[in-house]
Amino acid sequence: MLLALIGGALIGLSASLYWSLNRKIAGISGILGGALFLRGRERWVRVLFLLGLFGSGLGFARFTNRVPAPDLPLLALAFAGLLVGFGTRMSGGCTSGHGVCGLSRRSPRSFVAVLTFMVTAGVTVFVVRHLLKLWVPT
Amino acid sequence: MKALLTALGCGALFGAGLCVSGMTDPTNVTAFLDVGGKWSPNLAGVMLGAIAVHFAWLRWLARRDETKREAQATSGKRVDRALVSGALLFGIGWGVSGYCPGPAIVSLSSGALGPLVFVGAMAAGVVLNEGVQWTIKRFGKGSLAVR
Repeated sequence: MLLALIGGALIGLSASLYWSLNRKIAGISGILGGALFLRGRERWVRVLFLLGLFGSGLGFARFTNRVPAPDLPLLALAFAGLLVGFGTRMSGGCTSGHGVCGLSRRSPRSFVAVLTFMVTAGVTVFVVRHLLKLWVPT
Repeated sequence: MKALLTALGCGALFGAGLCVSGMTDPTNVTAFLDVGGKWSPNLAGVMLGAIAVHFAWLRWLARRDETKREAQATSGKRVDRALVSGALLFGIGWGVSGYCPGPAIVSLSSGALGPLVFVGAMAAGVVLNEGVQWTIKRFGKGSLAVR
């Protein structure tokens, strides 16, 4: 739990610095959208944020050599990825944009979004694991 | 140049937070979402830590300069159907995989096939959404049955 809080604080610090230095919201789905569809310098700012994100994983793996890989059928991952990409852009944010940044700003939209995706995800896990009894972790 | 370097640094810091907290491992995420199984509160701890720091930072910014309230500003848009339906779709994908966009991109660095497939599909979803938005803008809402 302590590591969760420390990790969370680092994420909050990143969102704070990104706002103060770049005047941008640190929402990963929005940054991904910008990296795909903006042009010129604005695109590169987002591409570099994503590169930093990717690089941190490389760096972390060097110290812990623990590479978490999901134990799921690829088709399920593809289906989930499509929903995550489409859904987060449709609602204008994900766990970071609505969750961390939006809730910190006390945005009513973000509050509704977070409540919706948390409950939906909880119900989905329940259905997948306990009703359908698909991939149950050991 | 400065904006590019700070973006790179912020991305790395964000990713470090995800790695340290264990959120790059989808089983830690689904452990929080699975209220009917062996529940773990860690994801709530991550959100709490992040929001505490960011909320305090924004408040400090707004206090420091009373005239600049933009630090706490939101888009001001109303809650609409797109917000709720989008969050619903995202919730299903998140529940199935245990991946939201940030951890998925960090996990690409593992070189494993799973995260690559997920991120590829996620990018396709973003592009698909852009296509839908464009169509609505160009031809009006009636041109699409959905929404």
